[in-house]
Parts: sequence; C-alpha cells; structure tokens
Amino acid sequence: MSREPNTANKTAWGRLTVDGLWSNNVVLAQSLALCPLLAVTGTATNGLGMGLATTAVMIASGILIALIRGWVTPEVRIPIFVLVIAVLVTLVDLGMNAWLHDLHKMLGLFIPLIVTNCAILGRAESFASRNSVLPAAFDGLMMGIGFTLVLMLLGAVREIIGSGTLFANASLLLGEGMSFLEVTLIPDYRGFLLAILPPGGFIALGFILAGKRLIDTRLAAARQRRDATAGTNALA
Amino acid sequence: MSLLAVLNQRQSVGYQATLLGGFTLLAAALLVIGDLSTRDTIALRKAEDLKASLSQVLPPALHDNDLLVDPLTLPGADGEPVLVYRALRGLEVTGVAYRMSGPGYSGTIELILGVDPQGRVLGARVLSHSETPGLGDKIEIAKDDWILAFDGRSLGNPPPERWAVKKDGGDFDQFSGATITPRAVVGVLRRGLEFFQRHQVALTAPATVSVASDPVRSPE
Repeated sequence: MSREPNTANKTAWGRLTVDGLWSNNVVLAQSLALCPLLAVTGTATNGLGMGLATTAVMIASGILIALIRGWVTPEVRIPIFVLVIAVLVTLVDLGMNAWLHDLHKMLGLFIPLIVTNCAILGRAESFASRNSVLPAAFDGLMMGIGFTLVLMLLGAVREIIGSGTLFANASLLLGEGMSFLEVTLIPDYRGFLLAILPPGGFIALGFILAGKRLIDTRLAAARQRRDATAGTNALA
Repeated sequence: MSLLAVLNQRQSVGYQATLLGGFTLLAAALLVIGDLSTRDTIALRKAEDLKASLSQVLPPALHDNDLLVDPLTLPGADGEPVLVYRALRGLEVTGVAYRMSGPGYSGTIELILGVDPQGRVLGARVLSHSETPGLGDKIEIAKDDWILAFDGRSLGNPPPERWAVKKDGGDFDQFSGATITPRAVVGVLRRGLEFFQRHQVALTAPATVSVASDPVRSPE
C-alpha cells in the first residue's frame, strides 16, 4: 500500500480523483478487498449495492478518523480505527434493517462483510489519519466510487457470461423507476455456471487486472513517445 | 506544560489505556443507542416478513385471524420446539404452518410448510438456502415452479416410501445436474408431514378463547 504524502495546505482534488478511480484503485492497484469483491459479484446489481454501502462507510469512517486523528497515538491507532469502522458498519446495518428493509434483505449478507474490507482500514491508516476532514471524506468518496465501478464491471461480466442477464433485480435495489436497467441479453440462455461460482470471479478479475496493466503500459508508452518528440523539437 | 511534557504524557501507558477505554465506552454507548432506536422497527419488519411468507403457504381465504397471534409450540422429531402458526376461521383450525429445515448440498435449507387439517400440503416455500446458483436454486419459487408439485400431497399421496425423487424410486422430479438439493427438500417436507401426523390432534384442536387471549402457550 502506498503512503500518501501529507498535502497539508493545498489539497490536490484532481489527483485524489484520479487515484481513487484509476491509478490507486482499491482493487486494481492496491489489490485490497478481494474477499467481498469475489463473494458478491455474481450479478451487477449485487456489485452496485455492495459498492454503494462500502462507499458510505468509507466516507463516514474517513470523516470520523480525520476528526479524531489529533488524539489517537500511533501505538493504539489500529484497534481504535477498527473499533470506529465496526461501530459504523453495525449502525448502518441496524439502520438499514429498520428503515430500508427491502434493500437490507438484498444486501443483508454483505453489510457485515464491509467490516472485513481491509480497504477501509487501509484508507483510514494511509490517508484519513494524516489529512483533515474534507480531503478524507473526498478520498473516501473517490475510493468508494472506484471500488463500486470495479464491483459493477466484474458483476456485469460474470452475470452476462453466467446467466445472460444484466442488472437483474435492480428494481429491488434502486426502486421501480430503475427497472429499465434489467436486461436479458441472451434469451433462453442455459447459463454458464463457472462464471457465477467463485472460480469464475477469480478468472474474470484476472482479465480485468490484465486489462488495466495493458492500458497503463500503452499510456506510459504514449507518454514516453510524446516526451521524446518534445525533446527532439526542443533540440531542433 | 511544555511541549515535551505533553509528548511524554501521550507516550505513557495511562494515556493509551484511557484512550482505548474511552473509545470502547463511546462505541458501546453508540451501539446501545443504535440498538434501542431500531429494535422495535426491526421486530415489526421481521413480523411483516414472517406474515408475508406465511401468507404464501396459508391462503388468506382460509382464515380470519392474525396468523402471528397465539402460535402453538410442539416438540419436533429432534426434541427442538417447533413454533406452529394456525389459520383459524372462528375457532376452527383451517390450516397450520411451521418451519422445517434440513441439510442441503451446501448448508441448511429452510422451508415453511402449510398443511390443512387433513394433512395435505397447502403450500411449501423455501425461506433460505445456499444451494448452487443455476442448479440447486430451482427450489425457489422465483426461479422455478418445481416446489408447487407438493401442493395437495400428503403422506398417503404418494405413499411414504414414494416420498423421494425419481432417481431414488420416488414420485418427485429431480433437476438435471442437481439431485442432492431436491432430495433434501423432499426429505424435509416428508419429515414435516410426519411431524403433522404425530401431533395431528393437538394441531387441529379448535382454538379456545383462553388460548386466543394467551399470546404463547404450549398445549401441555
């Protein structure tokens, strides 16, 4: 896990965004949170739900940890961060069970999993505990969105290959208004079980990671070429 | 106090312990508040869920009572108490429903079973399971209507030895690629009907006014 330098006075919002969504993405770059990732991405809808819940917890834990960072000594920071995150997740779980019950029935199994999501502790430790409240919340938001996008992508790939649908049951998560998202891409598809089972998750994740490396290499090569041309131009 | 003294104090064991203890206390207090403020609503939502699953196996036309009021508690085959919800019209029992569970291919399959006073299945639904998606999950009504094959069946129809999947010489279909899951469901339902047979008298005895006014009471 890379350690961010403390951007004490000036916050680089743009860099935080790029970091969260791409270059320091929770899954693609940090390879964290793989357990919940593989467990819930059988469908794109589940991935989206888990991503949103995780984002909420990441923002809240970022804010809280940035608030208390002045009192917490390095020696006891880890147990305190774990405590804060666990309390947050439990409160979210209880609140959703009471007031968003239908959503909770869909996501109920995954919410306790958020506690085990080391990405949250990772951000608490490497970013929120060294920055003030606003950047910490923003970092949580961007990291959360980055995580959600990967979850949704992986869920969509596995769902299309595994059951031939996309965003099945999305209306349960997002309300009836979003039922247009539910698409049956391959009618009368008999299903491809491997994609839905955990091994399919590993395989799909492998391809996604490889894809990210490929794009990064291409980008780096293009930048090098551009720099080289700029250099020759300067010389000429 | 000089800066050095503050730093020294922050390094001390006392400061660390107080910090940890304080945060733990705060966390416990927050959880208590969270629990207290959601407990009633969650209980209400759970009751609604239970009512919704009961109404799938006890048709609303059968009863005029609140299904959750005065359930019976009877000992199951394994000695564990089974909570039985009764559908009443007046004081007459028109059906009973209870949960039954058994081991499936991966994890426990939990079902709710509705039975009429003659011992015929009014309906059966899977409440929870962790069977293989795409193969074993056809036991869910949302995925397949296989579970409807049990409606109207009883221990005499088919005879007990034919309460099995076709592969085992029984009357019920298995799924291509999944035999263990339907076999488990058939077994659970057969045991559910045996439970009914064992307690038929207690289960179908008309409700008395005194029972109706007593929230939970076992027949003993």
